[in-house]
Amino acid sequence: MAPASSDFPEVQLHVVTGKGGTGKSTVAAGLALAHASRGKTVLLCEVEGRQGIAQMFDVSPLPYEERLLAKATEHGAGDVYALAVDAEAALLEYLSMYYRLGRAGKALDRFGVIDFATTIAPGVRDVLLTGKVYEAAQRNSRNKGARQYDAIVLDAPPTGRIAQFLNVNSELAGLARMGPIKAQADTVMTLLRSPRTAVHLVTVLEEMPVQETIDGVRELREAGLPVGGVVVNLVRPQDLDAEARAALLEGTVDESALAKALASAGIDADKALVHSLVAEGRDHAERRQLEDSQRALVEKIGVPTYELAKLAGGVDLGGLYELAESLCAQGLA
Amino acid sequence: MPTRSNPRVGPMTASHEPTRLLDVDALLDDPKRRIIVCCGSGGVGKTTTAASLALRAAERGRKVVVLTIDPARRLAQSMGIEALDNTPRPVPGVSAGSTTSGGGSTTGGGAGSLDAMMLDMKRTFDEVVESQASPEKARQILNNPFYIAVSSSFAGTQEYMAMEKLGQLDKDARASGRWDLIVVDTPPSRSALDFLDAPERLSSFLDGKFMRLLLAPARGPARLMTAGFNMVTKAVTTIIGGQVLSDMQAFVSAFDTLFGGFRQRAQRTFELLQADGTSFLVVAAPEPDALREAAYFVERLSAENMPLAGLVVNRASVDPEVELSEAAAMSGYEKLRDSSDDASRMAAGLLRLHADRKLLVERETRLRSRFATAHPHVATVVLPALPTDVHDLDGLRRIGALLGGDDAA
Ligand SMILES: Nc1ncnc2c1ncn2[C@@H]1O[C@H](COP(=O)(O)OP(=O)(O)OP(=O)(O)O)[C@@H](O)[C@H]1O
Ligand SMILES: Nc1ncnc2c1ncn2[C@@H]1O[C@H](COP(=O)(O)OP(=O)(O)O)[C@@H](O)[C@H]1O
Ligand SMILES: [Mg+2]
Ligand SMILES: [Mg+2]
Repeated sequence: MAPASSDFPEVQLHVVTGKGGTGKSTVAAGLALAHASRGKTVLLCEVEGRQGIAQMFDVSPLPYEERLLAKATEHGAGDVYALAVDAEAALLEYLSMYYRLGRAGKALDRFGVIDFATTIAPGVRDVLLTGKVYEAAQRNSRNKGARQYDAIVLDAPPTGRIAQFLNVNSELAGLARMGPIKAQADTVMTLLRSPRTAVHLVTVLEEMPVQETIDGVRELREAGLPVGGVVVNLVRPQDLDAEARAALLEGTVDESALAKALASAGIDADKALVHSLVAEGRDHAERRQLEDSQRALVEKIGVPTYELAKLAGGVDLGGLYELAESLCAQGLA
Repeated sequence: MPTRSNPRVGPMTASHEPTRLLDVDALLDDPKRRIIVCCGSGGVGKTTTAASLALRAAERGRKVVVLTIDPARRLAQSMGIEALDNTPRPVPGVSAGSTTSGGGSTTGGGAGSLDAMMLDMKRTFDEVVESQASPEKARQILNNPFYIAVSSSFAGTQEYMAMEKLGQLDKDARASGRWDLIVVDTPPSRSALDFLDAPERLSSFLDGKFMRLLLAPARGPARLMTAGFNMVTKAVTTIIGGQVLSDMQAFVSAFDTLFGGFRQRAQRTFELLQADGTSFLVVAAPEPDALREAAYFVERLSAENMPLAGLVVNRASVDPEVELSEAAAMSGYEKLRDSSDDASRMAAGLLRLHADRKLLVERETRLRSRFATAHPHVATVVLPALPTDVHDLDGLRRIGALLGGDDAA
């Protein structure tokens, strides 16, 4: 049932952001699996040092190293690799790659400079994190033996920090006005601002997350960063139509007809059951009203939107594949 | 349905775990209770809980100030605190001492009041600097790019400043008698522990090895200028440029004199949190991540000798308490979903909702009883997910009533 193509055929780097707890990591993981099912070799990255990927896929904590996460089982599918980028390790790697610091490199660590630089200097940390992602995205046949990825999915920091996180060079400007870190930031920016990148925002249909999404899209646009789609997560069941919801809200449900319909499906519906179902339905309808007003705001943003159902049993590995399939079907992957 | 002495506030009553019920009103009415801290991981409802408790306490006769952090816009508006000016202001529409239901109030009606404020992190930090340094030095610090970075984006600054503000409010409350209860919300950190760790993180950062090295030239003793250090400065200069290093040095030496003051203040606030009059309420959603965080936090509080009042499980699914099982509802749904008449389609939709809700309740109950088994001493109150947002005083009152266990909620 997947459509023939993705809405973002040009995009190699998919950045996933959103308000905390709305499902960034879940959506990022689902999106990685979705790309793999389209035959791509995928890298799923996290940058916040939380080992969220390991938890979701129920594997042991990831080292600073690309690891095979999900081997393609179906014909025509691709593998998913995972990487937990660590700023300190990235800084040391960066230093040894570009400077022959030798003993000085070690001294930096011993004197707490690495810690210092990655903690305080805003932007330095971010350049290192995005720099690593950039490196993985830039590999080509000249990099012998290095794995090339068709798609990279980045589980990024939350919306409140995303423009700052990706807009690395302007953030650095106040501190490192020149020098190699600045040059590195400039190179990373060319990828991030290009059509090869898309930033997707995850939200739920509630006031605060939607407001944050609207603000986030504005900030990203102002920073010249390419906005992809909005993923509306944790969507409640949509079975009740507008008419049914109106009747529930107005209290005009024909309870005896309802009881008859239930009986026809073999459910012995006494008064208490019918009352309870109607009360549950009213709560739902009230919530849906709120959600619909938020959905209208999301649609006004003017980017493609994708919806993922709330899985009532929670998200396990099977759930991730279910979300992946839905994302494919809707064309995010 | 069976009658029960405790009002039904959620699926907890369906669980067979011998969970202790948290008596929120007793907590709010206890005149010795001076500080209540609401903590938990992000998005679980800390701000909502803090504001509801504060309102309920005020309407039960306490003189309350609530420190909120990042409240939803409409909530801030209805509390009259959308102007971010770092000062507590009276909340309009509070009926002082009106809700002394249950006869639980020990403080007497009529005297209650509610002030609220929203934390301005940068401004609080600036004010600390201004209060600790000479005007000239303060200006130097406030303009340094590193100070600007630390005060606006250092991980933990917001937590640290929340503690700082709590310290100030407490001092003010003791001196002026304006308030007898301070309710504190905590920042939307990803981990509930950030709140306790922030002062330590900030001061150990400020006391860090490299910081001290940067200070060494200013402090004099040349023997500290080791070969290693020269190598380090050279490497730092090559990588980020000399300007950065000198900004850093200027910041660190200007800040040096403040270190002691910062440490002392952090220490005092930490002691305040351990004091008898303080209670922590851990807020969690009935989700694995949030409950795991809550468990860490509960353990940490007890390790630090900090008084835990209990756990608020927020946004719980309410158990419909009718016999129809998830499986039965789902099978009914399958049978009716493709029907063409309105009643059958509505029945299908309602069955689907019921099945989902049963599944959610079952999952949440399992998660909660796992928590309760591991932490049997933690008193708990379950707060149902309301069908609407909580963005005005009526909403807060409703949450407060649910927390307090009013029947009319
Ligand atoms: N579609 C879904 N159905 C059911 N549960 C979901 C869904 N999406 C996410 N969740 C659950 O919601 C919780 C939060 O999700 P997740 O960790 O992905 O959010 P996040 O945005 O990455 O959070 P953080 O800001 O803490 O990084 C998890 O327990 C996850 O399993
Ligand atoms: N029990 C509840 N029922 C319905 N909505 C709730 C409930 N608790 C919180 N909310 C809503 O959830 C959102 C987030 O709550 P908030 O208190 O700001 O979380 P936190 O401070 O932990 O980040 C708000 O829009 C609030 O109105
Ligand atoms: Mg995450
Ligand atoms: Mg909050």
